[in-house]
Amino acid sequence: MKNKRAFFVIPYVGWMTLFVVAPIIIVAVYAFTTAGGEFTLDNFSRMGTYASVFLRSFELAIIATLICLLIGYPLAYVMAKEGPRFQRIAMVLIMLPMWMNFLLRTYAWMSLLENNGLINQAFSALGIVDLSNAINGGLNSFCAWLNSGLLEWVNGLLGSDFVLNTARPTDQTFIRMLFTQGAVVLGMVYNYLPFMVLPIYSVLVKMDNSLVEAARDLGANTSCVFRRVIFPLSLPGVLSGVTMVFVPAVSTFAISKMLGGGTQLMLGDLIEMLFMGSAYNPNLGAAISIVMMLIVVICMWVMNRFGEGEEQAVIL
Amino acid sequence: MSKELIRLVNCSMAFDDELVLDNINLYINDSEFLTLLGPSGCGKTTTLRIIGGFTTPTAGEVLFDGVRINDVPPHLRQVNTVFQRYALFPHLNVFENVAFGLRIPKAEEGGDAEGKKKKKVKIPEREIKERVMEMLEVVSLKGFEHRHITELSGGQQQRVAIARALVNRPKVLLLDEPLGALDLRLRKDMQNELKRIQQQMGITFIYVTHDQEEALAMSDTIVVMDQGKIQQIGRPEDIYNEPKNAFVADFIGESNILDGIMHEDYVVEFFNRKFKCLDKGFAPMAPVDVVIRPEDIDIVPEAEGQLKGTVTSVTFKGVHYDTIVDFKGFKWLIQTTDFHPVGETIGIILNPDDIHIMHKSQYSGMFGDYSSYSEEYDEMDDVTLLDEEDEDEEDERHEE
Ligand SMILES: Nc1ncnc2c1ncn2[C@@H]1O[C@H](COP(=O)(O)OP(=O)(O)OP(=O)(O)O)[C@@H](O)[C@H]1O
Ligand SMILES: [Mg+2]
Repeated sequence: MKNKRAFFVIPYVGWMTLFVVAPIIIVAVYAFTTAGGEFTLDNFSRMGTYASVFLRSFELAIIATLICLLIGYPLAYVMAKEGPRFQRIAMVLIMLPMWMNFLLRTYAWMSLLENNGLINQAFSALGIVDLSNAINGGLNSFCAWLNSGLLEWVNGLLGSDFVLNTARPTDQTFIRMLFTQGAVVLGMVYNYLPFMVLPIYSVLVKMDNSLVEAARDLGANTSCVFRRVIFPLSLPGVLSGVTMVFVPAVSTFAISKMLGGGTQLMLGDLIEMLFMGSAYNPNLGAAISIVMMLIVVICMWVMNRFGEGEEQAVIL
Repeated sequence: MSKELIRLVNCSMAFDDELVLDNINLYINDSEFLTLLGPSGCGKTTTLRIIGGFTTPTAGEVLFDGVRINDVPPHLRQVNTVFQRYALFPHLNVFENVAFGLRIPKAEEGGDAEGKKKKKVKIPEREIKERVMEMLEVVSLKGFEHRHITELSGGQQQRVAIARALVNRPKVLLLDEPLGALDLRLRKDMQNELKRIQQQMGITFIYVTHDQEEALAMSDTIVVMDQGKIQQIGRPEDIYNEPKNAFVADFIGESNILDGIMHEDYVVEFFNRKFKCLDKGFAPMAPVDVVIRPEDIDIVPEAEGQLKGTVTSVTFKGVHYDTIVDFKGFKWLIQTTDFHPVGETIGIILNPDDIHIMHKSQYSGMFGDYSSYSEEYDEMDDVTLLDEEDEDEEDERHEE
């Protein structure tokens, strides 16, 4: 009986070995060898040059994950509380973008965010561009005033040379949005939000309402019920949501390329360049992949530990 | 002692136009042990939920200390609940479950009476620990404090639920079948323990059960409910001895219920024979229900009996025999310590205080006839047969 069931696992195990475990081993081998095939640690020691890319990747991924969580949790919460009709409509709205091709979606954002794209046209029509110019002008003169007053005094005192920026543009005809960090984060949030909402929603919607009633019975008001019962019980959903957003966000490359315009090089772009692009060096690419994977695994491990310890840490 | 604490005034509750509670009027005194007793689905839990604040009645008022509390949310009511399905927090261990209510800062009592801003008071950790451990001792769960809820048996979970509510020393405790999952022995122990706590701490208990023995043993007052209506309120003795209608008579203990005619005060006729009784105040020749408890009937030799019948079935019940006797086609249940074999003809004597007269009600004719008694046994036999067949089939499946 047991053997019979084990039989059905064989295809999956075979698939995993062939297409997941084996590639990882190959990548590891590449990482520790030169182009000629000799053992080396060079690939790892040379990685310091790319520290800024590592930093930016993790920074943007963390920001995007946090924003997804901040938007996604309340959304999932409201969805779980409302009736089945609202749930169905909200679900369709959340899934709708995912039915569209990923590249198409991102292209659409490009044309929306462009300097003379739809959003900027709306902004100038509404006078937001002028407003931004005016604010920048105001900020410039305020900073200039600080520079000549307070900061001069501070610098004299400390022997430092703090200077505030006084060169904010005041003659923009549009607001630059495309090819900024903000655009990359926006793209990631837009693409990965469903992966945050769905696991949290599915945990919340299954939550036993009698637990909420029990907590209220014991004297907990609405915020206390949330802090002590609903949130701790929804943590598994939060954890899997965070994982499902953070991991692809760290290694994203198309979004950063298209919406960041090459100014926001991320790990995914770097690896792509090293494997198939201009700076062909698969050994270095493999090393970077391995390090990225390790960091992600460590992040996830720490988070899951935090999740397990939650029953003790719940007394906020 | 007998100060009124909670009152339900004309409370009705409907779910989707289905009337679940029908005009309930009920008051509960301070420090009283009141039991809601009734068959499944009669609205006991719904009544508790209204008092606990989880449902608002569709009509009527809930008063606490004379103040209307219909719109007061549960966390502001001085009431704690032991839920029918426990509702323990799965992310907390036993200790933290019990400590849950203690860890929530409470507004100081009487703080708002002087119009001052209510100060929230936190219970010091040491006291929390003391009180939780004390409570776990009471429910015999010492040593389980670090266990996870999922690692407890049903009965243990039920006791955690009791401890979690009781530890807060509420003014009123609502218990929804709190001993349902316990075995007989533990159940008896917990009954005594709960009764002791209730008397010692002076807490008002509103207790739900469908176990009539439990209700009779523990309560100061019993409320018998059926189909969303209160059938009778009274002390356990009164409910048992003076049931108001056939439903109550049948639900509390066993009863033989027959049609009778009240000739005049203290004289009732059934089976074409007049009997003396202790009831009066009925209209002359009024049709009534006559209740005779099976343990009150005295069996005598055939010749000396007021009525004569034939034994049709005998079941040994430990202390006594359940003897079914056929009186002119109407079958009575008689509980007696003497054995009378099937087929024996016996006589019975009814004393005036064995006969209890009730007004006719919607329940007349529905209960109190034991004609189907033996048929029920037959049906049960059929069921066992079916089960065996099922098992055979399963065996075949295993062999495959
Ligand atoms: N939320 C609800 N929606 C619709 N009907 C409900 C709801 N809650 C209870 N009912 C109905 O109200 C009636 C009374 O239910 P209640 O839970 O009060 O019964 P009970 O006396 O506690 O029964 P039991 O002994 O089985 O626990 C039942 O017919 C039930 O189906
Ligand atoms: Mg119930």
